[in-house]
Amino acid sequence: MISTIKDWFSALFGSFLSSKGDLKLGLYGPPNSGKTTLANKICKDWLGQDMGSVSNIAHETREIQIKEQISIKSKDNKKELFFNLVDTPGIATKIDYEDFLKFGMSERNAKKRAKEATKGVIDAIKWLDEMDAVLVVLDSTQDPYSQVNITIIGNLAARNIPVLIVANKCDLKKANMKKVQAAFPQYEVMGISAKYGRNVKNLYEQLFKLVR
Amino acid sequence: MVTLQIIPYTEIEGLSSLGRIRKLLNIAKQDKIVLLQGRLAKDEEAELIKVTMEEINKEFSGIELAVIDPSQSSSLSGFDKFKSDFVSLLLGNRVGFTIIGPANVVKSIKKNPNKIELFTGEKGRRAKKN
Repeated sequence: MISTIKDWFSALFGSFLSSKGDLKLGLYGPPNSGKTTLANKICKDWLGQDMGSVSNIAHETREIQIKEQISIKSKDNKKELFFNLVDTPGIATKIDYEDFLKFGMSERNAKKRAKEATKGVIDAIKWLDEMDAVLVVLDSTQDPYSQVNITIIGNLAARNIPVLIVANKCDLKKANMKKVQAAFPQYEVMGISAKYGRNVKNLYEQLFKLVR
Repeated sequence: MVTLQIIPYTEIEGLSSLGRIRKLLNIAKQDKIVLLQGRLAKDEEAELIKVTMEEINKEFSGIELAVIDPSQSSSLSGFDKFKSDFVSLLLGNRVGFTIIGPANVVKSIKKNPNKIELFTGEKGRRAKKN
């Protein structure tokens, strides 16, 4: 009898807990906007380990990367949020292997990178439907009106997926937060520097509002 | 020489999503810049990027894409916004226009809410194979 009750409790609350843990928080954005740098910062802060490699060469992340069961706590320690972090390859409308040659890459490696990158973009788009909430990571030194940004955000809105826009690289002189805010006035925009951790704690607080 | 092909919305209206994407992409792959009256649906835009990625090869490195959607303009407010929303409701995706350029012809498209600038480069940097 006791074991039956235990089983019933574990079935009820076990599934509840696992569904909480299955919440998928995606990082989307154009290449080189700092998605993996932010993923690394989140993982370092809450798991003590990195998620993926970063590089100045675009399309360093060419496969979907998932870190499961991340748990973050609010500043007052009263709330806890469980999620699986999904770092996606940067979405682009063009990929030219010759762009990689400029970084001293061999032709063979450049072609391989380009091929993997195209597959990465396709996978990132396919995964849009899987997300429960998304941080759209933009480089605040770049033009926010690019069609890739608008297409990503438009597709998330069409799917009713909660979005927070992260204007990354705000430590750089050329960063223009106001321009990002002006481009997406209907969204919350959070300026951060994932590399130096600036404002990332406030980003964690925003995550609680995003997925409530 | 840069070739611009203007496509009225009626030409894609009756096509399936994939048919629309195929039609526009096939023109862009002929090194022509497509100027489409109206715009694709949001999921079609994502699908266009996906199909483009699937077709990237030695000769085709992708596209430059820009959509002007007056109903999304952040500079509109009050009655102007209401008017724009109403027109959008009536005309759907016929409002605005879309530019799709092959990446070897169109180097970049700079866009702000009020204008689009198209920067073209030397066409056919890579010789096409027959």
